[in-house]
Amino acid sequence: MISESSSFVKGMVLGGLFCVFVTLIGHNKMGHGSKAHHHEHHHIQAPNIEDVSNLSEAERMELSHSIRVYCIILVKPKDLGNWAAVKETWSKHCDKAEFYSSESVKVFDSVVLNTNDMWVMVRNAYKLAYERYKDEYNWFFLAHPTTFAVIENLKYFLLKKDPSQPFYIGHTVKSGELEYVDGDGGIVLSIESLKRLSKIFEDPDKCPEQGGLLWKLSEDKQLAVCLKYTGVLAENAEDSEGKDVFNTKSVGSLIKEAMANHPQQVVEGCCSDMAITFNGLAPNHMHVMMYGVYRLRAYGHNFKDALVFLPPADSDND
Amino acid sequence: NTPLSLLHHRHPHGIQRNHLEHSHFFTHSDNATAVELYSKVRILCWVMTGPSNLETKARHVQATWTRHCNVVLFMSSVWDDGFPTVGLGTKEGRDQLYWKTIRAFQYIHQHHLEQADWFLKADDDTFVVLDNLRWLLANHTPEEPVYFGKRFKPFVKQGYMSGGAGYVLSKEALRRFVEGFRTQVCTHTSAVEDLALGQCMEKIGVQAGDSRDTKGRETFHPFPPEKHLTENLRRDYYYPTYSFYPILLGAQSCSDLSISFHYVSPEEMYMLEYLSRHLHPHGYRPRYQPSVPPPASLGNFPVHNKNADAERATGGLFPPNSPA
Repeated sequence: MISESSSFVKGMVLGGLFCVFVTLIGHNKMGHGSKAHHHEHHHIQAPNIEDVSNLSEAERMELSHSIRVYCIILVKPKDLGNWAAVKETWSKHCDKAEFYSSESVKVFDSVVLNTNDMWVMVRNAYKLAYERYKDEYNWFFLAHPTTFAVIENLKYFLLKKDPSQPFYIGHTVKSGELEYVDGDGGIVLSIESLKRLSKIFEDPDKCPEQGGLLWKLSEDKQLAVCLKYTGVLAENAEDSEGKDVFNTKSVGSLIKEAMANHPQQVVEGCCSDMAITFNGLAPNHMHVMMYGVYRLRAYGHNFKDALVFLPPADSDND
Repeated sequence: NTPLSLLHHRHPHGIQRNHLEHSHFFTHSDNATAVELYSKVRILCWVMTGPSNLETKARHVQATWTRHCNVVLFMSSVWDDGFPTVGLGTKEGRDQLYWKTIRAFQYIHQHHLEQADWFLKADDDTFVVLDNLRWLLANHTPEEPVYFGKRFKPFVKQGYMSGGAGYVLSKEALRRFVEGFRTQVCTHTSAVEDLALGQCMEKIGVQAGDSRDTKGRETFHPFPPEKHLTENLRRDYYYPTYSFYPILLGAQSCSDLSISFHYVSPEEMYMLEYLSRHLHPHGYRPRYQPSVPPPASLGNFPVHNKNADAERATGGLFPPNSPA
């Protein structure tokens, strides 16, 4: 834990060295292909249905089973209500889901990280996940307990993406030269990205454990910096209409915005039909989402989906 | 000349163009069953509203679920050609609810009877999934004297339907209701719309139907989804007294094929429309896979009304009706 006075001193030094540092970073070569004024925003799209309609039934079943998602949910004791809700709802649809907690909590099992620092939690969770599961899962999804995820839509999105390639996907944000995935919308790493990340964790210059440089970056930015050193860049995930599929806000918030911005096309304009995540949900809202996503439907509309997913055992709310 | 016909303006109220123009096509989906039911089970929806609610509530109902009705009418105390609303010639207020209901059904009976088989009443804070209502009604015929909704227990022997959760009358039920008022068998007994209507229904021999799904889960709901899914309503002060059927909790409180929710805000209207018709978990096979309603349900019943038969001929999907 960094003491108050230490942070203050750092801030004072920061002010003086700021210009020098920015110049140094700008000239710093980080990873392959990074140009000095490269303002490209990276997008990645969902598969076209035509890509997959040629597959046979057997190929579809095989495909569905081959996309194996391991879910990491980072929790602290204050998140107990949301922790319970995530446990009871969407996380049941991960191939495996584990809760990584800052400290041990009596009422739930978790992987205890023994730190309150979010960046250290992220690092250690990824390290542990890679060590234990690198041979069992090919995609790694990290989320906060305020996020609701539709894992089936995540799998569909990943359908034609090769996990031995370095993917780092979510809702991206540009911060100066750095494009990073906003952790609020969930973060997806392929096994290749996780492998490279595990390596760079061992480099304290490029990917230090205690914050970044002289000031603390948020953990999602820090992750992007580390990955960038390994040549892995963030990509913003979109459907075929260009709509974000990872959302950092709740359906309710997005609806409210749509009602203000395009009142004639609220539902059409608000959110993707293949949305993967929403964020900012209270526990009760998770139960409503679970019902609304997996159960409530309009009778008589059948889907010609590429993949097949069956309801999980020991569950009745899906 | 009843006062209503004097009030009637010559407006082509309510008839929808092909609803699929308005409704969202699921991409890569097969809507054949829904399309079939749309023409087989025609529903006229009327929404109880008023001048002060048009922009705050009724507008959002109009933008969402009523697009899936075969016919939709917004009922107000006054005519509004812009919205549009039908003017019932009543005042506004809670004490007018039963008057508005009586006048609304009389208006529909007079001007729209042949356009539909079933007649749904809803409030401007009720959300309805029309496709699921069609699924429920496909196993019945409009000639049955029956009505469906969220069934309440007290005061009426056979129970009565919650007004806010919405209720739907068969054509025969509507005929009997209007006839009941014409003959004064039914009168304006109280301002409590749903209870008074339920008492009239019992008098005129219209059956209070069981709207639960094949697993006994409720489809019409007097509250929003969150309340039913997350609260223990067995411990509510009033609910156990009112609920006709045993109260199921958690996920079992709501059918997958739920038909209505009440006290739904404008934002939640759009959210429920998005969740029920747009957001889809790719490839997911739901646990609850009820059977398709029997196609014979519309073919084999005694002929009461030749005009109705002509209306109903679908020209191809089903064999022509034959007299019993």
